[in-house]
Amino acid sequence: MAEPVNTTVTLEAMPKGISLWDDAWLRLKKNKLAMFGLCFLLVMIVLCILAPLITPYGYEEQDLRLGASAPSLAHWLGTDTFGRDMLTRILYGGRVSLMVGFIATAVALVIGVSYGAIAGYAGGRVDALMMRLVDIIYALPFMIFIVLLMVVFGRNLLLLFLAIGAVEWLVMARIVRGQVLNLRQQEFVEAAISLGLAPADIIRKHLIPNALGPIIVYTTLTIPNVMLLEAFLSFLGLGIQPPQSSWGLLISYGVETMEEYPWILIFPGLALTLTLFALNFLGDGLRDALDPKASKD
Amino acid sequence: MWRFIGIRVLQAIPVIFTVITITFFLVRAAPGGPFSSEKAVSDQVKAALEAQYQLDLPAYQQYFNYLGDLFQGDFGPSFNFPGRSVNELIFQGLPITAELGFYALLIAVLIGTLSGVIASLKPNTLQDYAPMSIAMIGICMPSFLLGPTLVLIFAIWLDWLPVSGWGSTPGDKILPSITLGAMYAAYIARLSRAGMLEVLSQDYLRTARAKGLPEYKVILKHALRGGLIPVIAYLGPAFAGLLSGSFVVETVFQVPGLGRVFFEAAVKRDYTKILGKTVFLATLIVLFNLFSDVMAAWMNPRLRYQFRK
Amino acid sequence: MTIRQLSFILFSVLMLTACGGGSGLSRVDQGTIDGVLHFGNGTEPQTVDPHIATGVPEHHVITALFEGLTTKNPYTLEPEPGVAESWDISPDGMTYTFHLRQNASWSNGDLMTAEDFRWSWERALTPELASEYAYMYYPVLNAEAFTTGKIDDFSQVGVKVIDDYTLEVQLRAPTPYFLQLLDHYSTYPIHRATVEAFGAKTDRLSRWSREGNIVSNGPFELTEWQISSHIRVEKRANYWGSDNVKLNAIVYYPTENLTTEERMFRDGLIHRTEEVPLDKVPVYLEEDPDSIVIAPYLSSYFYLINTTKAPMDDVRVRRALSMAVDRELLNETVLENIMSPAYYLTPPGTVGYEPPVTFGYDPEQARALLAEAGYPNGEGFPTFEILYNTQENHRRIAIAIQEMWRETLNIDVDIVNQEWQVYLESVDNLAYDVARRGWVGDYVDPNTYLDMYITGGGNNSTGFSNTRYDEIMLNEAPLKLDTEERFALYREAETILMEHMPIIPIYIYQTKNLKHPDLKGAPSNIMDHYNWKYVYLEATPASN
Repeated sequence: MAEPVNTTVTLEAMPKGISLWDDAWLRLKKNKLAMFGLCFLLVMIVLCILAPLITPYGYEEQDLRLGASAPSLAHWLGTDTFGRDMLTRILYGGRVSLMVGFIATAVALVIGVSYGAIAGYAGGRVDALMMRLVDIIYALPFMIFIVLLMVVFGRNLLLLFLAIGAVEWLVMARIVRGQVLNLRQQEFVEAAISLGLAPADIIRKHLIPNALGPIIVYTTLTIPNVMLLEAFLSFLGLGIQPPQSSWGLLISYGVETMEEYPWILIFPGLALTLTLFALNFLGDGLRDALDPKASKD
Repeated sequence: MWRFIGIRVLQAIPVIFTVITITFFLVRAAPGGPFSSEKAVSDQVKAALEAQYQLDLPAYQQYFNYLGDLFQGDFGPSFNFPGRSVNELIFQGLPITAELGFYALLIAVLIGTLSGVIASLKPNTLQDYAPMSIAMIGICMPSFLLGPTLVLIFAIWLDWLPVSGWGSTPGDKILPSITLGAMYAAYIARLSRAGMLEVLSQDYLRTARAKGLPEYKVILKHALRGGLIPVIAYLGPAFAGLLSGSFVVETVFQVPGLGRVFFEAAVKRDYTKILGKTVFLATLIVLFNLFSDVMAAWMNPRLRYQFRK
Repeated sequence: MTIRQLSFILFSVLMLTACGGGSGLSRVDQGTIDGVLHFGNGTEPQTVDPHIATGVPEHHVITALFEGLTTKNPYTLEPEPGVAESWDISPDGMTYTFHLRQNASWSNGDLMTAEDFRWSWERALTPELASEYAYMYYPVLNAEAFTTGKIDDFSQVGVKVIDDYTLEVQLRAPTPYFLQLLDHYSTYPIHRATVEAFGAKTDRLSRWSREGNIVSNGPFELTEWQISSHIRVEKRANYWGSDNVKLNAIVYYPTENLTTEERMFRDGLIHRTEEVPLDKVPVYLEEDPDSIVIAPYLSSYFYLINTTKAPMDDVRVRRALSMAVDRELLNETVLENIMSPAYYLTPPGTVGYEPPVTFGYDPEQARALLAEAGYPNGEGFPTFEILYNTQENHRRIAIAIQEMWRETLNIDVDIVNQEWQVYLESVDNLAYDVARRGWVGDYVDPNTYLDMYITGGGNNSTGFSNTRYDEIMLNEAPLKLDTEERFALYREAETILMEHMPIIPIYIYQTKNLKHPDLKGAPSNIMDHYNWKYVYLEATPASN
């Protein structure tokens, strides 16, 4: 029954540009799991970039007579049905997947967060209009849209990122809007408004930082989604083409032979899963570190 | 509040109308058509085919005819199932997809929120890591991987459950429900944990605790209200997605639901079916997003200010 | 704790809602006892209207529901009596007289007459119906003119009702494979009163062929059809030959997902699969050789070359590409040794026709030809694309060939996959360099392959044009009554085709199915046709 009671918010408690990030970095460094996640990610990125130095094979190099072979000294993670070295393919595939994962998610993040925050802050008619637009885009036939895009612009990676970003921001926008609607009524925001701060500043400095938890979590959820969506788009002809590959594609091919040649599925799957675990640890750590309320403790 | 719901329902009309219009012209602009086939068809056969489906009329006329039929609740005849209407196909698949969606939703919401909330109560302990790691695995296992894996383990190796089917062999509904629900459960778990962490440190909860309320009451009465907002925002699209069917789960498990019908529609360029799907999905989206907004307001009185405007 | 309890409850709820009564027998074993065949049918049939249907899954259902003038012996593929008890062929091979059996009936009890065929054929050929298989009737006098709207009087078409049980068909040229066409569903009879009760006879959207409405004349009748779930047909008591029909029912399942289909077979849910995933082939050959059936199929897999585009407009380049493909290696590795490497378009052994072999795998000559064309060691050769529609096996083949061309000829090749509809448009508009293609023969005669490459042919899609080739296919071969002479001409045509190489043959297809040992009377044949009257189920104790 009791309405939530809010203590008055003092201006000092409000996050301020640089100090927030400095503070956050200090706190993040103390979080062992998050640092582990960060290190793992960095190592993974470096391995993928340095792939040609790490393996003696090319990602397209076939040995048809060898075919699918289990992990061995020559091929640490085995070979696929064409006799191609799995380690090499996973490292090269990681380049594509990590790039798609980060860039497309960044596109979705930027659009989704700003769109959702503006809708939530403005409220009323603007909000209604903006959110109905989200509904419309969500309902359009995605596959037809992709096929058209491909026909009009031809295949290229940039388009792939945009196409993925264009669908992934929708749910993000809904989530951020929900958070902002909630925060908007809280006293510290009203205080900020009454102090005459510009809406853009309020959104940037007060609303988004307070909604960071769900934003970060949803971002870490978007990355795997995006990586797998890339595999689907590649099936439609918009993504990357053989002999190139990505983790999503490697996994989808691996599923078909999971009983005969499990290593073709397991290793790309592990690469994806471990990377996502690392991302999540980092995400959770970031969330804790950036929590504006925690700084008061 | 009823006024708010009324306005939102009215807003659905332009939304659905816009979606229909864009889709109508989008599908016609896409390469290929409902009658493309690997074997060459003579121009005259093609013309006769188009005449049968009134594709020989000018586009605007086809468009108004379609709107006219739609107004009477008729989605038109299916292109690739001659003799069947899109209405029939939707009504045949909907109960099955709805049932599957319902089970999946139960799994997703119950397991998802529960594990998310439990994890949030003791962050960065085993109570947090255990459910969250399982959730992560759920996210990394897309249904095209999870489905066949579950079948391999439970149907082939252990032989506890049938490989596929829906309502034809005992126990055949279990694996598809789990496969479909798993990803949503994982999302909800992650989102509810995040939402809960966000509110648990807020001042009003400290006040509530300071007033001497027992912890479970604090959580149930106060924390959940704010903490589940991200989950509820996510539920709108999630409901709609579940009810329009999943092609992957339905083909892996041979479930005769809407997902297969709708996916085929896009592949075959079955114009009326694509439009039918789009109208259906748009309606669901509008309804469930409304539902999730109302629910958010019901759970969190502070959001009710929207209704006053 | 709570989670575990909760999931347990949930699990139990699902179990309860999902559980019916269960017996120990698998569906397949029960089916064998009851005479019910559970048949994996690939994709969902679009319709069972014989004049509108176009695919293989439709074929398996329609042949159970309907019967033409003749049927095929599944072992020899020779025509056997169907609705026609016997027939006479005039000495010039131009007139066929069919004597219909007097006890043939429709599923509603109506007796069949020669008029049923005349009316059905008229319907199939009426231009407004837009039957895609109308060309199957083209050997019939004036059928082509009628269906293309050049004449609109059906009495000028060579089909005449002599009396209730005699039908005379006049051909425009002797057509040795004509009897075979009568077992193609596009020439099956349909029930006039039923069709007319549900709308105009040319209405494709008519509901006459729906479950509950349909009246058919075959050994089975349609009793259930749930889209994406199953189609059930049951033995028809008033069928003229019902004493010889051994199955009581057939249930068809749409099985698009190959992995699932194979697992359904393993789990005892279906007697027969439409396909076998490639990687499963060696497993079955090793562990369960009785269940896997690999058999030649009247189908060819090849790459189209766009001959209108440089550098592929140079025949030396096309030949070089073709000679650089190691088909044996491809077959032994990627294709798991189950296809048959091809150096010709037409599957060998189609009714005695042996295609000429004019080239082989020859990397030396391939390099020499490429050098001759101005690209020594591949230098200066522009990068080109292999186009395929998104499908696992096409992808695998393209990847292997890409690498073969790169290694042998030192040229760069990209692989491009397109969604089916986009792919069709690209091939149709010659918007490709090299594209994969497959062709399934409509009937057992080399003509069904070779007539594709006449100048401007609808299925040519390569820009290939050769006057001598056209002359043979259009004017000389159709007039030859003698099979040997005709085949000699076809060999000449195919030699021309392979010299100009607008297509790169890759392999002749073999069907691969899983068949339960209980399934009998269903021999493999190159048409992959079942004659349902021969099929029966009998428990084989040893196999369990």
